[in-house]
Amino acid sequence: MLIGIAFWVLAVIAVATGLAVFVVNSMARATYALAVSFIAVGVQILLLQQNYLGLITILMMVMEMAVMAVYMVMFMGMNPALMPMDMTHGKKTAIATSVGVFVLLAGGALLIPWPQRRGSPPADLTHALGLEIMGEKMLVMAVVGAVMVATIVAGVVLASHRTRYDRFGDDLRHRRVNDAQPGGGKQ
Amino acid sequence: MTLEAVLVVAAALFAVGLYGALSQQVIVMVMMGLELMINGVLLAAGGFWWFLAPAPSGQVLLLVILAAMTVEMAMGFAIATLLHRRRGTDMTDMAQELSQ
Repeated sequence: MLIGIAFWVLAVIAVATGLAVFVVNSMARATYALAVSFIAVGVQILLLQQNYLGLITILMMVMEMAVMAVYMVMFMGMNPALMPMDMTHGKKTAIATSVGVFVLLAGGALLIPWPQRRGSPPADLTHALGLEIMGEKMLVMAVVGAVMVATIVAGVVLASHRTRYDRFGDDLRHRRVNDAQPGGGKQ
Repeated sequence: MTLEAVLVVAAALFAVGLYGALSQQVIVMVMMGLELMINGVLLAAGGFWWFLAPAPSGQVLLLVILAAMTVEMAMGFAIATLLHRRRGTDMTDMAQELSQ
């Protein structure tokens, strides 16, 4: 009973703050609202007895919001909380599409005769998950690891001010530019 | 708390995120919309796992969803940084021709 009440309270918080992200008039408030929404969902996952994933979700999202704050300070050059904004396009189409998708998904969720639960969760789920990703499902984690490395490389290449692709061209066949200073500005 | 309740909440989060991803112009706000959508998928996957088949292998799928969220965030910030550096903007409408 208490878990049910907690779930619905968290559901209202998660959806309301999720909506607030696109309603409040500053990016800083939107970031805080998104963080609250994520924390509410993380706690809901904890209520579903998935302690490890719930906690990881909360920690990851708090860090992500911190990165967003750093991004805003870096590129906006002012206190974003003080800057009202409404930068949208195609609002009516977006509302119609999202309402349609919600009706479709919620209708499916309510109308489909879901099967009965098969099996029961392990006593120590975190331990069982650890065994799983270090055993039978190791290939999945190995692929995720490779994707993470590729993401780091791609992120650095995209975000760097000047890389070897700037100096030698996309095919890396250009002659070295005549830098005024080795490793200096772009030609 | 039932599977249907979890899925309806997840659908609401997904729909709100979809609205943001479609309607916002600032890249960071579009990313926020995409993250809300992935958050809905994560909640739905957690609900499916708990109410239908609570075997440890199902949890690996949730880890993959979390990894997808991380990749989306990292690449989104990198592209936003690139766009800001090259065009001095953080709006999607200014990035319709990425080759220029």
